[in-house]
Amino acid sequence: MNFLTAIIGHIGGTLLLLVDTLKHLPTLPRQRARFIEQCYLIGYTSLPIVTILSFFIGSVLALQSGYSMENFGAKQFIGTLVGLTMARELGPVMVAILIAGRVGSAITAELASMKVYQEIDALTTMNIPPERMLVLPRLAAIIVMMPVLAIIANLCGWYGGALVSQYTATIAVDSEAYFSALKAYMKPKDIMDGLVKAEVFGFVIILVCCYIGLNTRGGPREIGASVTKAVVTSLILILVLDYFVTKALLFS
Amino acid sequence: MSSSFTASPFVGKTFGVTVAHLTKTFGRTTVLKDVSLEVRPGEIFCIMGPSGSGKTVILKHMAGLETATSGEVKIGEFDAADPETRNKVHLALVFQAGALFNSLSVYDNLALYPREHRLCNEAGIRDRVMHALSILSLEKAAHKFPSDLSGGMKKRVAIARALVMEPQLLLYDEPTSELDPVMSATLTEIIATLREQTAVTSVVVTHDRDLAFAIADRIAFVMDGRIRGVGTPAEFKSPADPVIANFLNPVIDLKNPRFQQLENSHE
Ligand SMILES: Nc1ncnc2c1ncn2[C@@H]1O[C@H](COP(=O)(O)OP(=O)(O)O)[C@@H](O)[C@H]1O
Ligand SMILES: [Mg+2]
Repeated sequence: MNFLTAIIGHIGGTLLLLVDTLKHLPTLPRQRARFIEQCYLIGYTSLPIVTILSFFIGSVLALQSGYSMENFGAKQFIGTLVGLTMARELGPVMVAILIAGRVGSAITAELASMKVYQEIDALTTMNIPPERMLVLPRLAAIIVMMPVLAIIANLCGWYGGALVSQYTATIAVDSEAYFSALKAYMKPKDIMDGLVKAEVFGFVIILVCCYIGLNTRGGPREIGASVTKAVVTSLILILVLDYFVTKALLFS
Repeated sequence: MSSSFTASPFVGKTFGVTVAHLTKTFGRTTVLKDVSLEVRPGEIFCIMGPSGSGKTVILKHMAGLETATSGEVKIGEFDAADPETRNKVHLALVFQAGALFNSLSVYDNLALYPREHRLCNEAGIRDRVMHALSILSLEKAAHKFPSDLSGGMKKRVAIARALVMEPQLLLYDEPTSELDPVMSATLTEIIATLREQTAVTSVVVTHDRDLAFAIADRIAFVMDGRIRGVGTPAEFKSPADPVIANFLNPVIDLKNPRFQQLENSHE
Protein backbone atom coordinates (compact mmCIF):
# COMPACT_ATOMS: atom_id res chain seq x y z
CA MET A 1 0.00 0.00 0.00
CA ASN A 2 2.81 2.34 0.93
CA PHE A 3 4.55 1.29 -2.26
CA LEU A 4 1.47 2.16 -4.29
CA THR A 5 1.05 5.60 -2.76
CA ALA A 6 4.76 6.22 -3.33
CA ILE A 7 4.41 5.37 -7.03
CA ILE A 8 1.35 7.57 -7.42
CA GLY A 9 3.24 10.34 -5.65
CA HIS A 10 6.15 10.00 -8.08
CA ILE A 11 3.88 10.02 -11.11
CA GLY A 12 2.23 13.16 -9.77
CA GLY A 13 5.62 14.72 -9.07
CA THR A 14 6.84 13.94 -12.59
CA LEU A 15 3.75 15.47 -14.16
CA LEU A 16 4.13 18.53 -11.95
CA LEU A 17 7.73 18.86 -13.11
CA LEU A 18 6.49 18.72 -16.70
CA VAL A 19 3.92 21.45 -16.06
CA ASP A 20 6.48 23.62 -14.27
CA THR A 21 8.88 23.15 -17.16
CA LEU A 22 6.36 23.92 -19.89
CA LYS A 23 5.51 27.18 -18.12
CA HIS A 24 8.97 28.38 -19.12
CA LEU A 25 8.60 27.41 -22.79
CA PRO A 26 8.72 31.07 -23.97
CA THR A 27 12.27 31.36 -22.59
CA LEU A 28 13.56 28.67 -24.96
CA PRO A 29 14.70 31.05 -27.74
CA ARG A 30 17.03 32.88 -25.38
CA GLN A 31 18.34 29.59 -24.00
CA ARG A 32 19.58 28.69 -27.49
CA ALA A 33 23.12 28.03 -26.31
CA ARG A 34 22.01 25.52 -23.67
CA PHE A 35 19.64 23.86 -26.14
CA ILE A 36 22.41 23.41 -28.70
CA GLU A 37 24.78 22.09 -26.04
CA GLN A 38 22.20 19.50 -25.02
CA CYS A 39 21.55 18.52 -28.66
CA TYR A 40 25.26 17.93 -28.96
CA LEU A 41 25.44 15.89 -25.74
CA ILE A 42 22.30 13.88 -26.37
CA GLY A 43 22.48 13.46 -30.11
CA TYR A 44 25.95 13.88 -31.51
CA THR A 45 27.85 12.00 -28.83
CA SER A 46 25.40 9.09 -29.07
CA LEU A 47 25.94 8.68 -32.81
CA PRO A 48 28.86 6.22 -32.82
CA ILE A 49 27.23 3.71 -30.51
CA VAL A 50 23.82 4.04 -32.19
CA THR A 51 25.43 3.40 -35.57
CA ILE A 52 27.41 0.37 -34.46
CA LEU A 53 24.66 -1.28 -32.44
CA SER A 54 21.91 -0.82 -35.00
CA PHE A 55 24.18 -2.11 -37.74
CA PHE A 56 24.75 -5.31 -35.81
CA ILE A 57 21.13 -5.65 -34.79
CA GLY A 58 20.11 -5.45 -38.43
CA SER A 59 22.78 -8.02 -39.29
CA VAL A 60 21.67 -10.48 -36.63
CA LEU A 61 18.06 -9.98 -37.65
CA ALA A 62 18.97 -10.95 -41.21
CA LEU A 63 20.91 -14.00 -40.03
CA GLN A 64 18.12 -15.24 -37.80
CA SER A 65 15.34 -14.64 -40.29
CA GLY A 66 17.44 -16.16 -43.07
CA TYR A 67 17.71 -19.29 -40.96
CA SER A 68 14.05 -19.52 -40.05
CA MET A 69 12.64 -18.48 -43.44
CA GLU A 70 14.75 -21.05 -45.23
CA ASN A 71 12.31 -23.68 -43.99
CA PHE A 72 9.34 -22.33 -45.90
CA GLY A 73 11.18 -20.77 -48.78
CA ALA A 74 10.43 -17.15 -47.97
CA LYS A 75 14.00 -15.91 -48.12
CA GLN A 76 13.08 -13.20 -50.63
CA PHE A 77 11.11 -11.46 -47.87
CA ILE A 78 14.11 -10.97 -45.58
CA GLY A 79 14.26 -7.31 -46.60
CA THR A 80 10.65 -6.83 -45.58
CA LEU A 81 11.18 -8.46 -42.23
CA VAL A 82 14.35 -6.63 -41.34
CA GLY A 83 13.00 -3.34 -42.64
CA LEU A 84 9.73 -3.45 -40.73
CA THR A 85 11.24 -4.83 -37.54
CA MET A 86 13.90 -2.15 -37.44
CA ALA A 87 11.55 0.70 -38.30
CA ARG A 88 8.61 -0.30 -36.12
CA GLU A 89 10.31 -1.90 -33.15
CA LEU A 90 14.02 -2.45 -32.73
CA GLY A 91 15.21 0.93 -33.99
CA PRO A 92 13.21 3.05 -31.55
CA VAL A 93 13.55 0.65 -28.62
CA MET A 94 17.28 0.24 -29.07
CA VAL A 95 17.88 3.98 -29.35
CA ALA A 96 15.71 4.51 -26.26
CA ILE A 97 17.70 1.95 -24.27
CA LEU A 98 20.96 3.57 -25.32
CA ILE A 99 19.66 7.01 -24.39
CA ALA A 100 18.55 5.73 -20.99
CA GLY A 101 21.95 4.17 -20.38
CA ARG A 102 24.26 6.91 -21.53
CA VAL A 103 22.26 10.15 -21.49
CA GLY A 104 19.58 9.55 -18.85
CA SER A 105 22.12 8.26 -16.35
CA ALA A 106 24.41 11.24 -16.98
CA ILE A 107 21.55 13.70 -16.54
CA THR A 108 20.46 12.10 -13.27
CA ALA A 109 24.03 12.07 -11.99
CA GLU A 110 24.53 15.72 -12.86
CA LEU A 111 21.25 16.95 -11.36
CA ALA A 112 21.57 14.71 -8.30
CA SER A 113 25.03 16.04 -7.59
CA MET A 114 23.76 19.60 -8.04
CA LYS A 115 21.02 18.80 -5.56
CA VAL A 116 23.28 17.13 -3.01
CA TYR A 117 25.87 19.92 -3.17
CA GLN A 118 23.11 22.53 -2.79
CA GLU A 119 23.56 24.05 -6.24
CA ILE A 120 19.82 23.60 -6.78
CA ASP A 121 19.11 25.43 -3.51
CA ALA A 122 21.47 28.17 -4.65
CA LEU A 123 19.52 28.51 -7.92
CA THR A 124 16.28 28.71 -5.97
CA THR A 125 17.54 31.49 -3.70
CA MET A 126 18.79 33.30 -6.81
CA ASN A 127 15.22 33.12 -8.13
CA ILE A 128 16.30 31.06 -11.14
CA PRO A 129 13.86 28.16 -11.54
CA PRO A 130 15.83 24.90 -12.02
CA GLU A 131 13.09 23.67 -14.36
CA ARG A 132 13.76 26.55 -16.72
CA MET A 133 17.53 26.31 -16.77
CA LEU A 134 18.08 22.57 -16.36
CA VAL A 135 15.01 20.66 -17.55
CA LEU A 136 13.62 22.68 -20.46
CA PRO A 137 16.73 22.66 -22.70
CA ARG A 138 17.13 18.92 -22.20
CA LEU A 139 13.51 18.12 -23.03
CA ALA A 140 13.65 20.34 -26.11
CA ALA A 141 16.88 18.70 -27.24
CA ILE A 142 15.55 15.15 -26.90
CA ILE A 143 12.47 16.04 -28.96
CA VAL A 144 14.69 17.20 -31.78
CA MET A 145 17.35 14.50 -31.53
CA MET A 146 15.27 11.36 -30.94
CA PRO A 147 13.78 11.10 -34.48
CA VAL A 148 17.19 11.85 -35.99
CA LEU A 149 18.80 9.03 -34.00
CA ALA A 150 15.94 6.65 -34.82
CA ILE A 151 16.25 7.34 -38.56
CA ILE A 152 19.98 6.75 -38.42
CA ALA A 153 19.40 3.52 -36.48
CA ASN A 154 16.92 2.38 -39.13
CA LEU A 155 19.29 3.08 -42.01
CA CYS A 156 22.22 1.33 -40.32
CA GLY A 157 20.07 -1.67 -39.43
CA TRP A 158 18.75 -1.96 -42.97
CA TYR A 159 22.23 -1.82 -44.49
CA GLY A 160 23.58 -4.29 -41.94
CA GLY A 161 20.81 -6.67 -42.91
CA ALA A 162 21.49 -6.12 -46.61
CA LEU A 163 25.19 -6.88 -46.27
CA VAL A 164 24.58 -10.05 -44.30
CA SER A 165 21.87 -11.24 -46.68
CA GLN A 166 24.11 -10.78 -49.68
CA TYR A 167 27.35 -12.25 -48.31
CA THR A 168 26.07 -15.12 -46.18
CA ALA A 169 26.29 -18.22 -48.36
CA THR A 170 23.19 -19.86 -46.90
CA ILE A 171 21.05 -16.77 -47.48
CA ALA A 172 22.48 -15.19 -50.64
CA VAL A 173 19.78 -12.59 -51.27
CA ASP A 174 21.42 -9.76 -53.18
CA SER A 175 20.88 -6.24 -51.97
CA GLU A 176 18.74 -5.26 -54.93
CA ALA A 177 16.21 -7.98 -54.10
CA TYR A 178 16.56 -7.17 -50.40
CA PHE A 179 15.76 -3.49 -50.82
CA SER A 180 12.93 -4.03 -53.27
CA ALA A 181 11.33 -6.42 -50.75
CA LEU A 182 11.95 -3.83 -48.06
CA LYS A 183 10.27 -1.09 -50.09
CA ALA A 184 7.40 -3.20 -51.38
CA TYR A 185 5.73 -3.69 -48.02
CA MET A 186 6.90 -0.62 -46.13
CA LYS A 187 4.41 2.22 -45.77
CA PRO A 188 5.37 5.71 -44.64
CA LYS A 189 3.18 5.08 -41.61
CA ASP A 190 5.47 2.25 -40.49
CA ILE A 191 8.37 4.64 -40.29
CA MET A 192 6.25 7.37 -38.72
CA ASP A 193 4.97 4.97 -36.05
CA GLY A 194 8.55 4.12 -35.15
CA LEU A 195 9.48 7.78 -34.88
CA VAL A 196 6.46 8.48 -32.68
CA LYS A 197 7.56 5.66 -30.39
CA ALA A 198 11.11 6.95 -30.26
CA GLU A 199 9.80 10.41 -29.45
CA VAL A 200 7.59 9.14 -26.61
CA PHE A 201 10.39 7.01 -25.12
CA GLY A 202 12.98 9.76 -25.30
CA PHE A 203 10.70 12.37 -23.77
CA VAL A 204 9.63 10.10 -20.90
CA ILE A 205 13.21 8.98 -20.19
CA ILE A 206 14.58 12.51 -19.94
CA LEU A 207 11.64 13.75 -17.87
CA VAL A 208 11.91 10.85 -15.43
CA CYS A 209 15.69 11.11 -15.18
CA CYS A 210 15.42 14.84 -14.45
CA TYR A 211 12.74 14.18 -11.84
CA ILE A 212 14.77 11.51 -10.06
CA GLY A 213 17.92 13.64 -10.15
CA LEU A 214 16.20 16.74 -8.78
CA ASN A 215 14.52 14.75 -6.02
CA THR A 216 17.69 13.18 -4.68
CA ARG A 217 17.95 13.56 -0.92
CA GLY A 218 20.82 12.96 1.41
CA GLY A 219 24.54 12.72 0.79
CA PRO A 220 26.84 11.82 -2.12
CA ARG A 221 25.98 8.13 -1.79
CA GLU A 222 22.48 8.91 -2.95
CA ILE A 223 23.79 10.15 -6.30
CA GLY A 224 24.70 6.61 -7.27
CA ALA A 225 21.42 5.28 -5.93
CA SER A 226 19.52 7.86 -7.99
CA VAL A 227 21.36 6.94 -11.18
CA THR A 228 20.54 3.27 -10.70
CA LYS A 229 16.93 4.12 -9.99
CA ALA A 230 16.74 6.36 -13.06
CA VAL A 231 18.14 3.74 -15.45
CA VAL A 232 16.01 0.90 -14.07
CA THR A 233 12.85 3.04 -14.14
CA SER A 234 13.62 4.16 -17.69
CA LEU A 235 14.12 0.60 -18.93
CA ILE A 236 10.87 -0.56 -17.34
CA LEU A 237 9.00 2.41 -18.76
CA ILE A 238 10.41 1.85 -22.25
CA LEU A 239 9.18 -1.72 -22.40
CA VAL A 240 5.81 -1.09 -20.77
CA LEU A 241 5.13 2.00 -22.87
CA ASP A 242 6.29 0.09 -25.94
CA TYR A 243 3.38 -2.29 -25.61
CA PHE A 244 0.76 0.38 -25.12
CA VAL A 245 2.05 2.83 -27.69
CA THR A 246 2.41 0.05 -30.26
CA LYS A 247 -1.11 -1.08 -29.60
CA ALA A 248 -2.46 2.43 -29.88
CA LEU A 249 -0.58 3.05 -33.12
CA LEU A 250 -1.55 -0.27 -34.72
CA PHE A 251 -5.23 0.31 -34.16
CA SER A 252 -5.33 4.00 -34.94
CA MET B 1 41.07 44.53 -0.29
CA SER B 2 39.30 47.33 -2.09
CA SER B 3 37.07 49.24 0.24
CA SER B 4 34.63 50.87 -2.15
CA PHE B 5 31.25 49.40 -2.94
CA THR B 6 28.93 50.94 -5.46
CA ALA B 7 25.83 52.13 -3.75
CA SER B 8 23.23 49.52 -4.52
CA PRO B 9 19.91 50.85 -5.79
CA PHE B 10 18.37 49.03 -2.87
CA VAL B 11 20.24 50.89 -0.18
CA GLY B 12 17.78 52.12 2.39
CA LYS B 13 15.22 49.51 1.38
CA THR B 14 16.70 46.93 3.67
CA PHE B 15 14.49 44.36 5.40
CA GLY B 16 14.19 42.92 8.87
CA VAL B 17 13.31 39.30 9.56
CA THR B 18 10.70 38.06 12.00
CA VAL B 19 10.68 34.44 13.09
CA ALA B 20 7.55 33.66 15.09
CA HIS B 21 7.01 30.38 16.96
CA LEU B 22 8.84 28.42 14.28
CA THR B 23 8.68 24.66 14.73
CA LYS B 24 10.18 22.24 12.22
CA THR B 25 9.88 18.49 12.19
CA PHE B 26 11.76 16.13 9.87
CA GLY B 27 10.07 12.75 9.97
CA ARG B 28 9.87 12.03 13.67
CA THR B 29 12.57 14.39 14.95
CA THR B 30 11.67 17.91 15.89
CA VAL B 31 14.64 20.05 14.96
CA LEU B 32 13.27 23.49 15.82
CA LYS B 33 11.00 24.00 18.79
CA ASP B 34 9.05 27.24 18.99
CA VAL B 35 11.84 29.53 17.82
CA SER B 36 11.12 33.26 17.84
CA LEU B 37 13.59 35.91 16.70
CA GLU B 38 13.47 39.49 15.54
CA VAL B 39 16.24 40.67 13.20
CA ARG B 40 16.10 44.43 12.80
CA PRO B 41 16.63 46.09 9.42
CA GLY B 42 20.30 46.82 8.79
CA GLU B 43 21.75 44.98 11.74
CA ILE B 44 24.31 42.20 11.91
CA PHE B 45 22.61 39.41 13.77
CA CYS B 46 24.69 36.39 14.74
CA ILE B 47 23.23 33.00 15.50
CA MET B 48 25.53 30.83 17.58
CA GLY B 49 25.14 27.37 19.03
CA PRO B 50 26.51 23.84 19.02
CA SER B 51 26.63 21.74 15.83
CA GLY B 52 23.32 20.13 15.05
CA SER B 53 21.33 22.59 17.12
CA GLY B 54 19.32 23.76 14.09
CA LYS B 55 21.08 26.97 12.99
CA THR B 56 21.25 26.07 9.32
CA VAL B 57 17.62 25.01 9.36
CA ILE B 58 16.64 28.45 10.73
CA LEU B 59 18.63 30.11 7.94
CA LYS B 60 17.00 27.91 5.30
CA HIS B 61 13.59 28.97 6.54
CA MET B 62 14.62 32.60 6.13
CA ALA B 63 15.74 31.83 2.57
CA GLY B 64 12.47 30.06 1.78
CA LEU B 65 14.21 26.72 1.24
CA GLU B 66 12.25 24.98 4.00
CA THR B 67 8.62 25.34 4.97
CA ALA B 68 7.68 25.61 8.62
CA THR B 69 5.82 22.76 10.30
CA SER B 70 4.17 25.50 12.33
CA GLY B 71 4.85 29.16 13.00
CA GLU B 72 6.06 31.60 10.37
CA VAL B 73 9.03 33.50 9.06
CA LYS B 74 8.59 36.96 7.57
CA ILE B 75 10.98 39.16 5.64
CA GLY B 76 9.66 42.66 6.17
CA GLU B 77 5.96 42.10 5.64
CA PHE B 78 6.47 39.19 3.20
CA ASP B 79 6.15 35.50 3.98
CA ALA B 80 9.58 33.89 3.50
CA ALA B 81 8.05 30.59 2.37
CA ASP B 82 6.15 32.22 -0.51
CA PRO B 83 8.15 31.96 -3.78
CA GLU B 84 6.74 35.36 -4.77
CA THR B 85 8.78 36.95 -1.97
CA ARG B 86 11.93 36.42 -4.00
CA ASN B 87 10.56 38.85 -6.59
CA LYS B 88 10.10 41.49 -3.91
CA VAL B 89 13.19 41.09 -1.75
CA HIS B 90 16.74 40.59 -2.97
CA LEU B 91 17.87 37.83 -0.70
CA ALA B 92 21.16 35.99 -0.88
CA LEU B 93 22.33 32.97 1.05
CA VAL B 94 26.03 32.20 1.34
CA PHE B 95 26.08 28.44 1.83
CA GLN B 96 28.52 26.86 4.21
CA ALA B 97 30.17 24.82 1.47
CA GLY B 98 29.76 27.62 -1.08
CA ALA B 99 27.32 25.72 -3.33
CA LEU B 100 29.15 27.12 -6.36
CA PHE B 101 28.06 25.82 -9.74
CA ASN B 102 30.75 23.29 -10.48
CA SER B 103 30.22 23.30 -14.20
CA LEU B 104 30.73 27.07 -14.45
CA SER B 105 33.85 29.18 -14.06
CA VAL B 106 34.03 31.67 -11.22
CA TYR B 107 33.16 34.44 -13.65
CA ASP B 108 30.11 32.58 -14.96
CA ASN B 109 29.04 31.69 -11.43
CA LEU B 110 28.78 35.40 -10.74
CA ALA B 111 27.38 36.30 -14.15
CA LEU B 112 24.57 33.76 -13.96
CA TYR B 113 22.27 35.91 -11.86
CA PRO B 114 22.36 39.09 -13.97
CA ARG B 115 22.25 37.02 -17.18
CA GLU B 116 19.26 34.93 -16.18
CA HIS B 117 17.39 37.97 -14.96
CA ARG B 118 18.56 40.00 -17.98
CA LEU B 119 19.60 42.90 -15.80
CA CYS B 120 22.07 44.41 -18.28
CA ASN B 121 24.11 43.66 -21.39
CA GLU B 122 27.33 41.64 -21.32
CA ALA B 123 29.47 44.76 -20.81
CA GLY B 124 27.35 45.78 -17.84
CA ILE B 125 27.49 42.26 -16.47
CA ARG B 126 31.27 42.29 -16.83
CA ASP B 127 31.52 45.49 -14.80
CA ARG B 128 29.26 44.12 -12.13
CA VAL B 129 31.05 40.79 -11.88
CA MET B 130 34.54 42.26 -11.90
CA HIS B 131 33.52 44.78 -9.27
CA ALA B 132 32.23 42.05 -6.96
CA LEU B 133 35.37 39.99 -7.59
CA SER B 134 37.61 42.97 -6.84
CA ILE B 135 35.90 43.56 -3.50
CA LEU B 136 37.01 40.08 -2.46
CA SER B 137 40.40 40.24 -4.25
CA LEU B 138 39.40 37.48 -6.59
CA GLU B 139 40.16 39.04 -9.98
CA LYS B 140 42.84 36.47 -10.72
CA ALA B 141 40.47 33.59 -10.03
CA ALA B 142 37.84 34.74 -12.53
CA HIS B 143 38.55 32.03 -15.05
CA LYS B 144 39.22 29.21 -12.64
CA PHE B 145 36.69 26.51 -11.92
CA PRO B 146 35.34 25.83 -8.41
CA SER B 147 37.16 22.49 -8.24
CA ASP B 148 40.49 24.35 -8.53
CA LEU B 149 39.82 26.65 -5.58
CA SER B 150 40.81 26.33 -1.94
CA GLY B 151 38.15 26.30 0.75
CA GLY B 152 38.73 29.93 1.63
CA MET B 153 38.52 31.02 -1.98
CA LYS B 154 35.27 29.12 -2.46
CA LYS B 155 33.78 31.01 0.47
CA ARG B 156 34.92 34.33 -0.95
CA VAL B 157 33.51 33.44 -4.39
CA ALA B 158 30.24 32.51 -2.70
CA ILE B 159 30.13 35.93 -1.04
CA ALA B 160 31.03 37.65 -4.31
CA ARG B 161 28.22 35.76 -6.02
CA ALA B 162 25.84 37.00 -3.33
CA LEU B 163 27.06 40.59 -3.81
CA VAL B 164 26.27 40.52 -7.52
CA MET B 165 22.65 40.12 -6.49
CA GLU B 166 22.79 43.46 -4.63
CA PRO B 167 21.10 41.84 -1.67
CA GLN B 168 18.84 43.56 0.81
CA LEU B 169 19.11 40.59 3.14
CA LEU B 170 22.31 38.61 3.31
CA LEU B 171 22.39 35.26 5.08
CA TYR B 172 25.77 33.66 5.87
CA ASP B 173 26.11 30.05 6.98
CA GLU B 174 29.37 29.68 8.93
CA PRO B 175 31.37 32.04 6.71
CA THR B 176 34.60 31.54 8.63
CA SER B 177 34.50 27.80 9.35
CA GLU B 178 37.48 25.88 7.97
CA LEU B 179 39.45 29.08 7.38
CA ASP B 180 42.76 30.12 8.85
CA PRO B 181 42.65 32.91 11.45
CA VAL B 182 43.82 35.61 9.03
CA MET B 183 41.25 34.70 6.41
CA SER B 184 38.58 34.51 9.14
CA ALA B 185 39.49 38.02 10.24
CA THR B 186 39.39 39.20 6.62
CA LEU B 187 35.94 37.75 6.06
CA THR B 188 34.75 39.28 9.32
CA GLU B 189 35.92 42.67 8.06
CA ILE B 190 34.20 42.09 4.73
CA ILE B 191 30.89 41.27 6.39
CA ALA B 192 31.10 44.37 8.55
CA THR B 193 32.18 46.63 5.66
CA LEU B 194 29.40 45.38 3.43
CA ARG B 195 26.84 46.19 6.03
CA GLU B 196 28.50 49.56 6.64
CA GLN B 197 28.33 50.57 3.00
CA THR B 198 25.09 49.02 1.76
CA ALA B 199 23.14 48.82 5.03
CA VAL B 200 22.28 45.23 4.16
CA THR B 201 20.65 43.25 6.94
CA SER B 202 23.08 40.43 7.72
CA VAL B 203 22.28 37.21 9.53
CA VAL B 204 25.43 35.26 10.33
CA VAL B 205 25.34 31.70 11.60
CA THR B 206 28.72 31.07 13.17
CA HIS B 207 30.81 29.27 15.77
CA ASP B 208 33.39 32.02 15.56
CA ARG B 209 33.37 33.94 18.85
CA ASP B 210 35.83 36.50 17.52
CA LEU B 211 33.57 37.29 14.58
CA ALA B 212 30.42 37.52 16.67
CA PHE B 213 31.93 39.70 19.37
CA ALA B 214 33.68 41.97 16.89
CA ILE B 215 30.83 42.80 14.54
CA ALA B 216 27.47 41.54 15.79
CA ASP B 217 24.85 44.03 16.88
CA ARG B 218 23.09 41.19 18.62
CA ILE B 219 23.72 37.50 19.17
CA ALA B 220 21.20 34.68 19.59
CA PHE B 221 22.17 31.35 21.13
CA VAL B 222 20.42 28.26 19.83
CA MET B 223 20.65 25.08 21.86
CA ASP B 224 18.90 21.89 20.85
CA GLY B 225 16.37 23.65 18.62
CA ARG B 226 15.44 26.34 21.13
CA ILE B 227 16.54 29.93 21.62
CA ARG B 228 18.61 29.96 24.78
CA GLY B 229 19.25 33.70 24.88
CA VAL B 230 19.45 36.85 22.77
CA GLY B 231 21.49 39.93 23.55
CA THR B 232 24.29 42.29 22.59
CA PRO B 233 27.91 41.13 22.61
CA ALA B 234 28.47 43.23 25.73
CA GLU B 235 25.74 41.32 27.51
CA PHE B 236 27.42 38.04 26.67
CA LYS B 237 30.93 39.11 27.76
CA SER B 238 30.29 37.31 31.01
CA PRO B 239 27.01 35.44 30.51
CA ALA B 240 24.85 34.63 33.49
CA ASP B 241 23.55 31.46 31.81
CA PRO B 242 26.06 28.69 32.66
CA VAL B 243 25.23 26.77 29.46
CA ILE B 244 26.06 29.76 27.26
CA ALA B 245 29.12 30.52 29.37
CA ASN B 246 30.34 26.97 28.91
CA PHE B 247 29.67 27.13 25.16
CA LEU B 248 31.60 30.38 24.78
CA ASN B 249 34.50 29.46 27.06
CA PRO B 250 34.79 25.72 27.36
CA VAL B 251 37.44 24.77 29.88
CA ILE B 252 39.68 21.96 28.79
CA ASP B 253 39.86 19.65 31.78
CA LEU B 254 42.04 16.60 31.21
CA LYS B 255 41.40 15.25 34.70
CA ASN B 256 37.70 15.02 34.11
CA PRO B 257 37.30 14.76 30.32
CA ARG B 258 33.89 15.73 29.04
CA PHE B 259 33.72 13.10 26.28
CA GLN B 260 33.12 10.58 29.02
CA GLN B 261 30.04 12.49 30.03
CA LEU B 262 28.62 12.66 26.52
CA GLU B 263 27.33 9.12 26.28
CA ASN B 264 23.72 9.84 27.05
CA SER B 265 23.40 13.19 25.32
CA HIS B 266 22.33 13.64 21.67
CA GLU B 267 25.46 15.24 20.36
N1 LIG C 1 16.61 17.85 5.44
C1 LIG C 1 16.76 17.29 6.66
N2 LIG C 1 16.19 16.11 6.93
C2 LIG C 1 16.33 15.53 8.14
N3 LIG C 1 17.01 16.06 9.15
C3 LIG C 1 17.62 17.24 8.97
C4 LIG C 1 17.52 17.93 7.71
N4 LIG C 1 18.20 19.09 7.79
C5 LIG C 1 18.70 19.12 9.05
N5 LIG C 1 18.34 18.03 9.75
C6 LIG C 1 18.69 17.75 11.16
O1 LIG C 1 18.42 18.90 11.90
C7 LIG C 1 19.38 19.08 12.92
C8 LIG C 1 19.93 20.48 12.86
O2 LIG C 1 20.67 20.62 11.67
P1 LIG C 1 21.44 21.95 11.28
O3 LIG C 1 20.49 23.10 11.29
O4 LIG C 1 22.14 21.68 10.01
O5 LIG C 1 22.48 22.11 12.44
P2 LIG C 1 23.57 23.26 12.64
O6 LIG C 1 23.12 24.00 13.83
O7 LIG C 1 24.86 22.57 12.85
O8 LIG C 1 23.56 24.10 11.39
C9 LIG C 1 20.43 18.01 12.73
O9 LIG C 1 20.21 17.02 13.68
C10 LIG C 1 20.17 17.49 11.35
O10 LIG C 1 20.45 16.12 11.29
MG1 LIG D 1 24.99 24.26 9.92
